[in-house]
Amino acid sequence: MAKSEKSAPKFDLDRSVVVPQIIGKQEDFLFIGGLAGTAKDLASITNDGWNYYGMAGAMGAAVSMGLGLALARPDKKVIVATGDGELLMNVGSLATASILNPPNLRILCVDNGHYGETGYQLSHTSLGVDLEQMAIGAGIKSTMTVESQDQISAGARMLRESNGTCFVLLRVKPEDGPKFKRDMDPGSTRLRFLQGMKG
Amino acid sequence: MDATTEDRWQKVVYDTLKKNGVTIFSYVPDAGHRMAIDLSLADPDVHSVALTTEEEGVALAAGAHLGGAKSALLMQSSGLGNCINFFSMITGGKFPFLTILSMRGDYGEGNPWQMGMGKATRPILDAMGFVTVEITRRDEVETAIDAACTMAFQSGEAVAVLLTQKLIGAKKF
Repeated sequence: MAKSEKSAPKFDLDRSVVVPQIIGKQEDFLFIGGLAGTAKDLASITNDGWNYYGMAGAMGAAVSMGLGLALARPDKKVIVATGDGELLMNVGSLATASILNPPNLRILCVDNGHYGETGYQLSHTSLGVDLEQMAIGAGIKSTMTVESQDQISAGARMLRESNGTCFVLLRVKPEDGPKFKRDMDPGSTRLRFLQGMKG
Repeated sequence: MDATTEDRWQKVVYDTLKKNGVTIFSYVPDAGHRMAIDLSLADPDVHSVALTTEEEGVALAAGAHLGGAKSALLMQSSGLGNCINFFSMITGGKFPFLTILSMRGDYGEGNPWQMGMGKATRPILDAMGFVTVEITRRDEVETAIDAACTMAFQSGEAVAVLLTQKLIGAKKF
């Protein structure tokens, strides 16, 4: 469908509600989290658990980090959850993930159309850039956009059941997610993750 | 340098990394790593990951470590500049990390565009807290890469091996 025929993107969903819904039972996954909003979403969902490694810097690293984890542990399902701003900083990582296409890698982009952490400046996705189309262009075969409540279950199914690397764009309101004080030390959370993988 | 001799030391780079347990090779295509890249592509026992930019390989290595795998990032020294911000995760989190840099902008360089990053390579590595190992002779390739793997994967350091232009030879323009 040509861009001009598409309806305007809807940033209506409440991330505090829909991110937990689309992930479902969190114990089934390993998580790599981007910065800011998605970091708080995931820390809240996992109660800052060992199966979540979240960043507070290295913006643009989330998809590549998830790819490395997915390749190292083909027996585990890996969800990279990141924001529009973080992903825009390294859209080439979608091309790299697509070529490798590990069946256990899932990318969830929580797109609020803004740089929330720095004062809610508009991001490119509020100005006509469509990250699902960029994922399709990168060659990722399974993609979808979720922007209304009735699409959540299909998005959850893709994250759970996809047999190849998949990409779900979840559009949400430009509002802060859950307040959650997480461990932001990149070293202690690394050791926590390794310890959890042993157990 | 004849092609056969060049192939031989480049193969030693690959074989030594593999002997030390590296199973994920990431790279942006580069002549200095041509052999190692081709060997990784043909090897069913490893993952060969072509990157769009070198910094992806830094994050890939960190993720691989969380999953218990060893990774090496093969790049040209010009790619080092693309990686700097991601190194803050490596050193801040004390992730084991190994990169093999083929030098440009070094001994005998004839392309002025390469000189800036060539001169900046060592100061950048120092500033980001790396251990640096330089190789200038073919007969030290194996021992130097063994030493680098030990410091990265046993001591948990960020380690860069520099394949200098004395080893590689300077590209002619």
